[in-house]
Amino acid sequence: MAEVVLQGVGKSFGETRALKALDLTVGDGEFVVLLGPTGAGKTTSLRLVAGLERADSGTIRIGGTEVTDWPPAPRNIAFVFQQYSLYPHYSVFDNMAFPLRAPGMDLSKDEIAGRVREIARLLRIEDKLKNRATQLSGGEMQRVAIGRALVRQPSIFLMDEPLSSLDAKLREEMRVELKRIQHDLGATTLYVTHDQLEAMTLADRIGVLREGVLVQIDTPRAVYETPRDIYVARRLGSPQINILDPGVLTLDGLPPGAAQIGVRPEDVILRHDGGTPARVRAVEHLGVETVIVLDSGGTKIHALLGAAGAFAPGDTTTLGVHPGAAMAFDSQGARIAATSAPTREAAYGT
Amino acid sequence: MSARATTAHSVVEIKAAGKWFAGILVAAYALVAVIPLAWILMTGFKSPPDSISYPPKVVFEPSLEGYVNVFTNRSRQTPEYLESLGPPKAWYDKISRKRNMVITGPSRFAGRYMNSVVIGFGSTFLAVFLGTLAAYGFSRFKVPLKDDLLFFILSTRMMPPIAVAIPIFLMYRTLGLSDTILGMILLYTAVNVSLAVWLLKGFIDEIPREYEEAAVVDGYTRLQAFIKVILPQMRAGIAATAIFCLIFAWNEYAFALLLTSGNAQTAPPFIPIIIGEGGLDWPAVAAGTTLFLVPIVFFTVLLRNQLLRGITFGAVRK
Repeated sequence: MAEVVLQGVGKSFGETRALKALDLTVGDGEFVVLLGPTGAGKTTSLRLVAGLERADSGTIRIGGTEVTDWPPAPRNIAFVFQQYSLYPHYSVFDNMAFPLRAPGMDLSKDEIAGRVREIARLLRIEDKLKNRATQLSGGEMQRVAIGRALVRQPSIFLMDEPLSSLDAKLREEMRVELKRIQHDLGATTLYVTHDQLEAMTLADRIGVLREGVLVQIDTPRAVYETPRDIYVARRLGSPQINILDPGVLTLDGLPPGAAQIGVRPEDVILRHDGGTPARVRAVEHLGVETVIVLDSGGTKIHALLGAAGAFAPGDTTTLGVHPGAAMAFDSQGARIAATSAPTREAAYGT
Repeated sequence: MSARATTAHSVVEIKAAGKWFAGILVAAYALVAVIPLAWILMTGFKSPPDSISYPPKVVFEPSLEGYVNVFTNRSRQTPEYLESLGPPKAWYDKISRKRNMVITGPSRFAGRYMNSVVIGFGSTFLAVFLGTLAAYGFSRFKVPLKDDLLFFILSTRMMPPIAVAIPIFLMYRTLGLSDTILGMILLYTAVNVSLAVWLLKGFIDEIPREYEEAAVVDGYTRLQAFIKVILPQMRAGIAATAIFCLIFAWNEYAFALLLTSGNAQTAPPFIPIIIGEGGLDWPAVAAGTTLFLVPIVFFTVLLRNQLLRGITFGAVRK
């Protein structure tokens, strides 16, 4: 396993600047998730590290060696694609053995068989090795694809939305499994997704990309609690953070220059004495939690409550915010650092 | 719930009457299409008098005379001379003796047939080989003026190839390619390669790039990835393309008539001019045609599963 360092890496496709001077370090054994919508440059970053694209500017180092202009093979990386990309004309075993049979690997048949079986055991697909790749379920296919990445013992894993084509239940299982495997192997991993839940659960650090720029990179908790700007704040959290005009809620201690206020739905308090009046527009029961959609003077506000939400559409209530939980953003959308994690923690007593 | 209620009418399912109608239509068309073929097959087994009798004979005494005649040259002899030869040695001698003929040697049919095989399969192989490489390039690489080039390639099929017969005739005469097998292979390859490029590009476009990229990341070269990953997945496309190319090259008549005579003549211009006594030898012509159809039928049946997938490619998303 090795460290990956990108310095000032830029890449354009024709007129489109996919990446603008990206600086990113993935530490040895670290799991970094790049999060962003389509077109933010996530996949391009992965493909640059893999060598499937050449950077226009900047340098890429893997394990201290500069590999910017290297072809993919000697970089010794493993790539898991969004589409499983299993070879339909091969069996599961042959699919997994494929990287081991590459020129220059020089492994004996027994070594290959041993390595494939070991990984198959890890992924719990031992009994499927003789199947054709096309006879597998979606989850099994994706495990084989991950297995193909694992057999090589590469220096880094690159994963491009590997779970996005699975159904919700399988995705949850695979998420847990992936984290377990990564942890067991201590694998340096760069993982791309637009699914915030995957990012939050898998990542040691989350990097949020926006139009080819890395806006913020930090631990999931830090990104969630102290986003740099409105864009980052909106990328994490479900339902999305409420972005309000300062006048909508009565708040104390807003920093000067606050053009917009961000309040996480879980920080909204209902039936708050002296709070802003609001009407309940919809109630969404999610089991453990309940999302209440409110209307206050024409502004839509989401509130996230525990199960005990005795509200019905049409009810009127009053709104407040946990002290210190509101975030203030300036007219450019950048957060004004008045509410930092410590004050939040103080407010919650954690 | 009653049994009636369970037989729900599906919107897409055709009603029984519609099925019958469709069946009758298909059968009627098949009949129309099959009649000429059946007639050729029958004529091949008729005797020359039966083949030109009026009204046409549907029931006749089968004879191998057509097949003997297509493979042999014969000459008419006096009964005294035939008497002096003694009894006929082989079954084919017997057939020709009946018409007061002796077989003087093999006809040129076998040679013409072999020319067809060499030229047909040779040009098909070349067209598919070149087409695969070109199609891969067009599908995967940034080729300058790609759309213009592809259109240009297609445009060679926008007129009947015979429209350029005269220039090609003159060119081939100057180059010494007239009446050579190489010349015919090159000509048919040139005509087929445009079709091959377009068909195969469609197939390669359908194969996700990730397959090759995965192989390249795994340490294979691009060529190895192409051979190990792309080619096996192109089998159906290659089979379908090869059949189309083979059918064209095999059946081509006009160029073969114009450009070949002695050496490299293929079967199509040869078969219709098999002369018997008193005009065309129809059973021999029919026998030659029947034999000529065999390889195409054989290969189409052999590759029919691939072909079916090939023809409907792109129609259904997998």
